[in-house]
Amino acid sequence: MKGLTGSHVLVIGVGNEIRADDAVGLHVCRVLKGRLPDHCNVVENSGDGANLMELWKNSQVTILVDAVRSETEPGQVHRYEAHQRPLPATLFQNSTHAFGVPQAIELARAMNQLPQTLIVYGIEGACFDEGVGISPLVELAGRKVAESIVHSISHNFSIEL
Amino acid sequence: MPANRTIDVDALTRVEGEGALNLKIKGRKVTDVKLRIYEPPRFFEAFLRGRHFTEAPDITARICGICPIAYQMSSVHAMENACDVQVTGSLRELRRLIYCGEWIESHALHIYMLHAPDFLGYDNVLQIAQDNPKIVQKGLQLKRIGNELVTLLGGREIHPINVRVGGFYKVPARQELAPIEDRLKWARKAAEETTRWVAGFKFPDFEQDYTYVALSHPDEYPFNEGRLISSSGLNISINDYEDNFIEEHLAHSNALHSHMKNGRTYVTGPMARINLNFDRLSSSARKAAKQAGLKIPCRNPFKSIIARSVETLHACDEALRIIKEYTPPPEPAVQVLPHAGTGYGCTEAPRGILYHRYTISNEGNILDAKIVPPTSQNQGRIEEDLKHFVEENLGLSPKKLTWQCEQLIRNYDPCISCAAHYLKLNIEREQA
Repeated sequence: MKGLTGSHVLVIGVGNEIRADDAVGLHVCRVLKGRLPDHCNVVENSGDGANLMELWKNSQVTILVDAVRSETEPGQVHRYEAHQRPLPATLFQNSTHAFGVPQAIELARAMNQLPQTLIVYGIEGACFDEGVGISPLVELAGRKVAESIVHSISHNFSIEL
Repeated sequence: MPANRTIDVDALTRVEGEGALNLKIKGRKVTDVKLRIYEPPRFFEAFLRGRHFTEAPDITARICGICPIAYQMSSVHAMENACDVQVTGSLRELRRLIYCGEWIESHALHIYMLHAPDFLGYDNVLQIAQDNPKIVQKGLQLKRIGNELVTLLGGREIHPINVRVGGFYKVPARQELAPIEDRLKWARKAAEETTRWVAGFKFPDFEQDYTYVALSHPDEYPFNEGRLISSSGLNISINDYEDNFIEEHLAHSNALHSHMKNGRTYVTGPMARINLNFDRLSSSARKAAKQAGLKIPCRNPFKSIIARSVETLHACDEALRIIKEYTPPPEPAVQVLPHAGTGYGCTEAPRGILYHRYTISNEGNILDAKIVPPTSQNQGRIEEDLKHFVEENLGLSPKKLTWQCEQLIRNYDPCISCAAHYLKLNIEREQA
């Protein structure tokens, strides 16, 4: 994508601070705040679908990070090009609300309100119990995702940071 | 009816939170109803112990992403009550204003995204969007305006940070409120249209003899303050809540179930508020309710979607009134000095009354905390509704019966936890 700058990019980290690994999306945002210039929009969010649609409506490239619970190993990273096809139906069931990430993506798709590019990273969590603190493996995966986001913004999208 | 029929539904979506429902039917009787829920306030009660009293609004706001203002309001009122401080004037008005924002966004979400699909025969809002995107657009826009109001006063829409014990960290100048006035006028019109729209839905013929419980204030529709009244004659100070309502631990749920001292279940939320405070709604909200055919008292829980729409209109009217009359307070907060004591707070969350009690030390450290959310209060009544509804509608096909059970649960807009997942619904049938 030619002519884009960091201000055209939106990174959304979804999570709940007090549900252990569910906070990994927020953790990625905090890592990125030290790695990306200020004009890149990095936003923490609890995963309210209507709010997500509002956040990304004027963005050309949105990258969303959320914790997932499937049958894979903790720390496993799933990457989806959500502007191309729906997310796997069962993967994001630990979104904070019933009208959450996958619902917002599909509603936005139906209403022509998806960003041109929407990349979703799902990080497999190990523990979603009440409590503050992310498991070491999941925390490490969050750091890797942050690196991958920085790399993809500057290389894949040819965006000057 | 075939013997030993079991109906399993993978997930009851469009309910906030996680949990499961099991229904057992034998012949023409429902032999067992268990709504199993997992509830975060218990964790928070322990988490709050030892924290400073000024931290309670920010900590409890994290219990719910949909109604953080309710948690903040109940906690600040309780702390101020413990410290013998009363917040009045413009600060009190700003608290009502931010609560209007939360009602608008929470009610719009529930009406359009979660509950309307049940009445229109759709599986979810996505299907409505495919057939009629303008309707969904209207709901989203209405919700957005509620969010904007919360952001304007709360600093941010999810887990607002500007509310503090004694008032706010920063209050808006008059001109800062002006831009949202036109937005609220649009929202007001949209809420009227919403009320007309939902009034045209088909409602199952189902009425119950409910005990409704809500706050009641002599001069205003309740948000932050009032006495606790019921449709069966209760009229108490919120300080006496625990003398009149009992929480009980049931084996099938790790949440506590509430009931009245006489053992009866009760209903809190929009239907309770509108039935007990109808004359204090704005005149246009009253008019819209009458035009929608909402007769008071209304005992059909499926009509809660009308009550929610009427309350959305009232919240728009109330927000516009507050903005029109607003004069900034001299200070963003009044000083609140701690001393040893116990304080009580009870406010009207979108889903119903939210009770907080705190005991603090002379230094302001929290020694004990109790939080009773609206959903645990409604839970017993939801189970009774399910029992009676299923017994009255055994002739329905399994698919339709399951669907209407889900719809019935959504009548209460249950916020089962703020963190995840879905409700599994299992209906097990066996011949008597």
